[in-house]
Amino acid sequence: MRYIMLICNDEVAWEKTPDDVKAANSAEYETFMGEMGGRNVLQGGERLRPVADATTVRVRDGKVVTVDGPFAETKEQIGGYFVVDCKDLDEAIEIAGKIPGARDGSIEVRPIWEM
Amino acid sequence: MVATVIGVTRDWDLAEECAQDAFVKALEHWGREGVPRNPGAWLTTTARNRAIDQLRRAAAGATKEREATEGTLAAMEQAEPTSPIDGAPIGDDRLRLMYTCCHPALSVEAQVALTLRTLAGLTTGEIARAFLVPEAAMAQRLVRAKRKIREAGIPYRVPPSDALAERTSAVLGVLYLLFNEGYSASSGALVRHDLCDEAIRLGRLLVQLTNGEREAVGLLSLMLLQHSRRATRLDAAGALVLLEDQDRTAWDRFAIAEGLGLVQSFPAREPAGPYELQAAIAACHAGARTAEATDWPRIAGLYGELARVVPSPVVELNRAVAVAMADGPAVGLRLVERLQETGALAGYHLLPATRADLLRRLDRREEAAEAYREALALAPTPAERDFLTARLDQSLAG
Repeated sequence: MRYIMLICNDEVAWEKTPDDVKAANSAEYETFMGEMGGRNVLQGGERLRPVADATTVRVRDGKVVTVDGPFAETKEQIGGYFVVDCKDLDEAIEIAGKIPGARDGSIEVRPIWEM
Repeated sequence: MVATVIGVTRDWDLAEECAQDAFVKALEHWGREGVPRNPGAWLTTTARNRAIDQLRRAAAGATKEREATEGTLAAMEQAEPTSPIDGAPIGDDRLRLMYTCCHPALSVEAQVALTLRTLAGLTTGEIARAFLVPEAAMAQRLVRAKRKIREAGIPYRVPPSDALAERTSAVLGVLYLLFNEGYSASSGALVRHDLCDEAIRLGRLLVQLTNGEREAVGLLSLMLLQHSRRATRLDAAGALVLLEDQDRTAWDRFAIAEGLGLVQSFPAREPAGPYELQAAIAACHAGARTAEATDWPRIAGLYGELARVVPSPVVELNRAVAVAMADGPAVGLRLVERLQETGALAGYHLLPATRADLLRRLDRREEAAEAYREALALAPTPAERDFLTARLDQSLAG
C-alpha cells in the first residue's frame, strides 16, 4: 500500500535551532533514507522550502487569484514528505516513527488514492 | 464465524452478508439433511465459500475494483485453509478482530463502537442508546471506522511480539472504558448494565484467547469485583452510597468468588501491572466482611505500588485516602495538602471533596464546609452534587 508521509514541524522554532543541531538532523535524514532505500519501501520524497516561499493559487469566478503564503495558517507547517510503498498501516507507522521530524513535530500518514 | 470470514475478505460488510447467507442456507440444508456434526464449521465454510464467490464476481466486473479484490483473492487462496472441520482457529480470528477493532489509528469512540458491534454483536441501535447518541450518528461512526480500516490498510492480525504489550494495553483500555460506561451510569437502565456484562464477557474471551495474559486476568478480576457491588452502589432514590455504607450481603457472591479466585492466581513475586494492582485493591474490599474489617494498610501499600507503575496524582489521592483510613485523618490530610500544592489536580472535584472529608473527621467544621463548597462547584454529576450538598449541610449544622 502506498502512503504519503507529510513531515510537519514548527518552522519558527526550527529557525532558532543552532547550526550543529541542523547539521545533525540532516545526517539523520540521510541515515533514514539509506535504511528505507535498503528495505525498498521509499518511492520518493523531498524537502520543501519554508512557507514564506509558498504561493497559493485559486481560481474563483474564472479568475486566477494568487496569494503569498501557504493555503492555511497552521501552527506546524509541512517541511517535506516521503512517498512510501509498504505492507500495511502498521509498517507505515513504524517507518513514520523513524523519520527524524517525528521527534519534535508530527508525521501525517495518508494513504494514496490509487486510481 | 463473521470473524473468520472477515479474515479472508477484509471487507466487513461482505463478511456480514455472507454470514447471513450461510445461516439461510443452513436452515434449508439442515432441514433436509439434518444438523451436521460440526455446525459452526459448516457455517464458516459455507460463508467463506460464498465470500470467495462474491469476490470472484466482483473481480470479473468493474476495473476500478479489480486490483483490490484480486489482491484479496490471492491472499485468501494463499492463506492456510482455516478449515474449521479440523478444529478451527475461530478463536484466533476473534483475537485478531479484537486487536483490529482497537487499533490506535481508530478514534477511541470508533474502537469502542466497533468492538461492541463486531465482538459483542450489539445492534447499532443498542450501541447508540448505550452512549446516548442518535442511531444515525452511531451508524455513521461505524461506517467511517470500517472505511478507515479498509482504506488506510489497518492489518487484520494479532500484533507482532514487539508491539504486543502496547496493543494489548489498548484492547484492555477499550474493555475497561466499556465497563466504566456501564458502571458509572446514574440511571440503572438495563442497557447500561449490559455494557458491564459485555465488557466482562469480552474480558473472559481475551483471557482465554491469550492463554491467561497477566494484565488481561487483572482486568477481568477488577471488573468482576467492581461489578459485584452493582446492586448497592445507588440507593432507591438514585443517590450514591459510599463503600463503607453499602450492604455487603447484597454484593454478588459469585462475581466475588470468581474475582478473588483470579486475584489469588496472580504470580507472587514478579512486578504487577496496573490492572492486577487495582484488582488486588478491589479484592481487599470484596474480602472484608464489614467496612471495619478492611485491610487499609495493605490497600495503602498497593496504591503506593500502583503510583510507581502509573505515576498519577489521582492514584496519589487514592493512596492518601487509604493512608487516612490506616493511620488517621491527620496523616492523610498532610498528603492531600501536599498534592494540592502541586496543582496537578486543579479542577478535580475529588481533591477538595477528600480534603473536606478529612477535615470533617478532624472536626474542623468551618474548613470542611469551605472545602465542600469548593468540591460542589466542581462536581460533575447530580448524584455527586447531592452527596456533597448533604455533607455541606451537615458540617454547617450544629
